[in-house]
Amino acid sequence: MTGWNWLFPLAALILAPLLPGVINKVKAFFAGRRGPSSFQLYYDLAKLLRKGSVYSHSTTLIFRIAAPLILACTAVALLLLPWGGMSAPVSFAGDFILLLYLLALARFFLVISALDTASAFEGMGASREVLFSAMAEPSLMLGFLVLILHTGSTGLSGIASGIGFNDWQSSAPVLLMIAMAWFFLLLCENSRIPVDDPNTHLELTMIHEVMILDNSGPDLALLEYASSLKLWIFGGLLINLILPFRLDNLIYQILVFIPSMFIVSLLVGITESIMARLKLITIPKVLVGSAALGIVALLVKLVEYYQ
Amino acid sequence: MTFIPVILILSTMFLLSSSRLRTVIGVVAMQGLFLGLLPLLKSLDHLSLSIIILSLSGIIFKGIVLPLLMLKVIKETGIQRDVRPYVSYGASLPAGVLLLAFSAWLTIRMDFPAGTSLLIVTMAMFMMFIGLFLMISRRLAIMQSLAYLVLENGIYALGIGISLEVPLMVELGILLDVFVGVFLMGNLVFHLDREFQHTEVDGFILSDEASEGDSPKL
Repeated sequence: MTGWNWLFPLAALILAPLLPGVINKVKAFFAGRRGPSSFQLYYDLAKLLRKGSVYSHSTTLIFRIAAPLILACTAVALLLLPWGGMSAPVSFAGDFILLLYLLALARFFLVISALDTASAFEGMGASREVLFSAMAEPSLMLGFLVLILHTGSTGLSGIASGIGFNDWQSSAPVLLMIAMAWFFLLLCENSRIPVDDPNTHLELTMIHEVMILDNSGPDLALLEYASSLKLWIFGGLLINLILPFRLDNLIYQILVFIPSMFIVSLLVGITESIMARLKLITIPKVLVGSAALGIVALLVKLVEYYQ
Repeated sequence: MTFIPVILILSTMFLLSSSRLRTVIGVVAMQGLFLGLLPLLKSLDHLSLSIIILSLSGIIFKGIVLPLLMLKVIKETGIQRDVRPYVSYGASLPAGVLLLAFSAWLTIRMDFPAGTSLLIVTMAMFMMFIGLFLMISRRLAIMQSLAYLVLENGIYALGIGISLEVPLMVELGILLDVFVGVFLMGNLVFHLDREFQHTEVDGFILSDEASEGDSPKL
């Protein structure tokens, strides 16, 4: 089956822009509207790529290289993502650290390019992004620690293929806690509603959108595309944890995992529709709570380990 | 089996960040119900009368009677929430995480008789520590009595975690003690409220003095 696993990053590159479309469709359904087409992001990307870029006089080289770099980091991170029983195209022991740091590198460039525009609003967004992501990261790392203890493997592919039906029977509470923490992490990292509102155009409240205010044309297209890929990565991590199907057959794998990506975005859409955006000062508290969930999972796992 | 200890740990964690008395009472009542179920679930294959009595008395006292008493007290005194705790709600959660880590470390390091469920012991120690922590970090007398209940829940759970056979009489005795204690505390809080105008422990100044204007009513 070697070689076939390159199919998954390829599918992600093609299908990722559908995820925000599905989320918007679900939100429109809940609001009683028809909503834009699910393929809207493809149209937007095509339109943006045909336009020219406008650069402010205050920006430097950093602002110009940021967008391609962010997309490159996210696309490389995609190669590390396993799919259930099939290992990722690139996998080695400890590759989850590379995944984390690739995403952090992308975030770093996003933040310094926002600071590079010398706009007060973008600086504010950058500061919030850094604060929230620094508080969100522990829950991802703690989740990985628990899964490493559980499966005895330090690679993403080993972890993903090590969680099956038996594990959900024997230690469901621990895995459930990680799944909850990771779902909140997905919402936070992808600037979804309880943390950030992707639709708002009020600079005072938004986080991700405010950092890309000055980007235009192809740069904006690259950033939008990169953020949909990031949603795909976090959704993939969650699915690898939750879905206990470990099939060796490529066709089944495709049939199970790709629709479940859309189920995750359905869940995100439902969460966005039924929840209000949190007050900015309560977000750190919730993030600390989600990290606490990860620590509880780790300690329960440790105590069970010594039993 | 691991579900109940995990739920209890998470609900105790939740107590650290909730300021509404009604919510806290609800969570403590839920803890009482789960703790009452724990001995039943732990010995499903060899049920005996003593275990059923232990379980039922736990459910009735911890899950129903004591929470109702507490609800009556907050209804009579009209207190809704602990607004200004000594340790803020944001700082309480990390403190709780540290206490959980400490109780896990303690449990792993200690020697327990065979058949002890380490997870239940960790949970019990955690609840005891959180009970003590809440007692010193909250300002309202009624919150402190609820903390006492959490502490007592922890002691009860420790007994269940280590063994089931010995402690029936002991547990029932403790339950009676706690009942009397909470009953007295409820009365006390009610009278404190009347006498001192509010039930924050560092605001216990007689009504006459308070009316002279050096302590604002909170």
